[in-house]
Amino acid sequence: MVSPSENLNLNNMYKNVLVLGGGVAGLQAASSLRDLGYRVTLVEKGEKPGGHLNNWDRLYPGNITSSSVIDGYLSNSQGIRILTNTTIKSALKSDKLLTVITSSSEEITVSAVIITTGFSLFDATIKEEYGYGLYNGVITNADLESLFISGKIHNREKPSRVGFVHCVGSRDDKVCNRHCSKICCMTAVKQACEIKEIWPETEAFCFYMDLRMFGRGYEDLYYEAQNKYGVNFIRGRVSEVGEDENGKLVVKAEDTLTSRPLKISLDMLVLMSGMVKNPDNKALSAIFETSIGEDGFFAQPHPIVNPTGSSSTRIFFAGSATGPKSVAESVNEAKSAALSVHMLLSNE
Amino acid sequence: MTEFGFKLSQSNRIDLDETDNSVFKKVAIIVPDIKLCFNCGSCSASCTSTHFKRVSFRSAILLLNRGHNKEAISMLKSCMLCGKCILVCPRGIDTRNIIINILKAEEEMK
Ligand code: SF4
Ligand code: SF4
Ligand code: SF4
Repeated sequence: MVSPSENLNLNNMYKNVLVLGGGVAGLQAASSLRDLGYRVTLVEKGEKPGGHLNNWDRLYPGNITSSSVIDGYLSNSQGIRILTNTTIKSALKSDKLLTVITSSSEEITVSAVIITTGFSLFDATIKEEYGYGLYNGVITNADLESLFISGKIHNREKPSRVGFVHCVGSRDDKVCNRHCSKICCMTAVKQACEIKEIWPETEAFCFYMDLRMFGRGYEDLYYEAQNKYGVNFIRGRVSEVGEDENGKLVVKAEDTLTSRPLKISLDMLVLMSGMVKNPDNKALSAIFETSIGEDGFFAQPHPIVNPTGSSSTRIFFAGSATGPKSVAESVNEAKSAALSVHMLLSNE
Repeated sequence: MTEFGFKLSQSNRIDLDETDNSVFKKVAIIVPDIKLCFNCGSCSASCTSTHFKRVSFRSAILLLNRGHNKEAISMLKSCMLCGKCILVCPRGIDTRNIIINILKAEEEMK
């Protein structure tokens, strides 16, 4: 007797699906589709799959390592064809199929595409007033994660004061990004706690405009940051950063809750670079006949009831391609997109 | 000395390199709750004294954290220790206990 799942596999066996982008959303979408019985090709433009998680140390809540998440997908990737260093050049639509041509001139014919091209990290040098690239003490959230991964953080001299600047390149019309990047408040608080774990005597200061601790367990970490680690929270956007003759960073902001200008010298300043559109979005949107929002992310016609659907029947989205998302949200959307593909193809 | 009629006004600025928030830290050892405030303003809004005198628990502990001790304490001078602010604080901060300890610490510093 054939079990329902085998039956399902037989129906879908010869249908191909393309997943575009090998970050966490792409890896999850590919593995869900493979489990549903489809033949999946995952196209990644970088050298290896994993996306931004390759450069991130630990994730909250749960404090698991990003590498364990990626390893989990890669150790279970049999049946998924992964093409790295590859991009898509064009796509040709016919009745129920799409033929895409890759940068290595391979033609791949598929029944559906899931776009999981994610985001780019905001280039902090654009905010010149923060001195990234000018002063050694100014680093980004991503740089700090790299220091955690490599362990090089321990080679640094113990800082007496570390600052965290929220909303760098987010909520800022000056750099054409009005949106909130959603997870950087959490990242700042997480990183402040991690710094306090390494150097308990170091003082930590978060400069925020609003604290957006939206997820389960997030408010708890904020509470812990105050209660256990004594992290200081200053509501005010850092207006400028300078360096004094001793190499200390001099930071100015308004302490808006006391309505007074505030000055502080710091040894290290960590900029929360936000999530901005992937620069490839425009070209990809033209190839796949989808649409792009004003913020440069892919736009869904029905973001509330069909967040993974595009304006083209065979094209779906998952993860941060449609705006900033956490890892957990990207995983969920990837599963949802795979199911949407299945609902479309299994009826054909 | 000739009086020119000018005086240097004291800086309003918060300079975290110069100020000393040892009173805040001292109170935090006795009542660690003081670190939990997220500046919602419920305490100040519910305060019975604030209609008559400038009393604000929120501002007082914030200024204390920034090392502006004198001003912080002036905001608690007219507190009647009625305890209404304890009832409204969403972080469950023992506000009255903190006020008492701030005033005590101030006495000790004199
Ligand atoms: S999550 Fe926080 S730090 Fe990030 S953009 Fe939004 S408000 Fe700013
Ligand atoms: S205890 Fe003091 S600060 Fe609190 S409500 Fe009563 S008078 Fe106001
Ligand atoms: S009610 Fe509590 S949390 Fe809110 S401002 Fe007052 S002390 Fe802070």
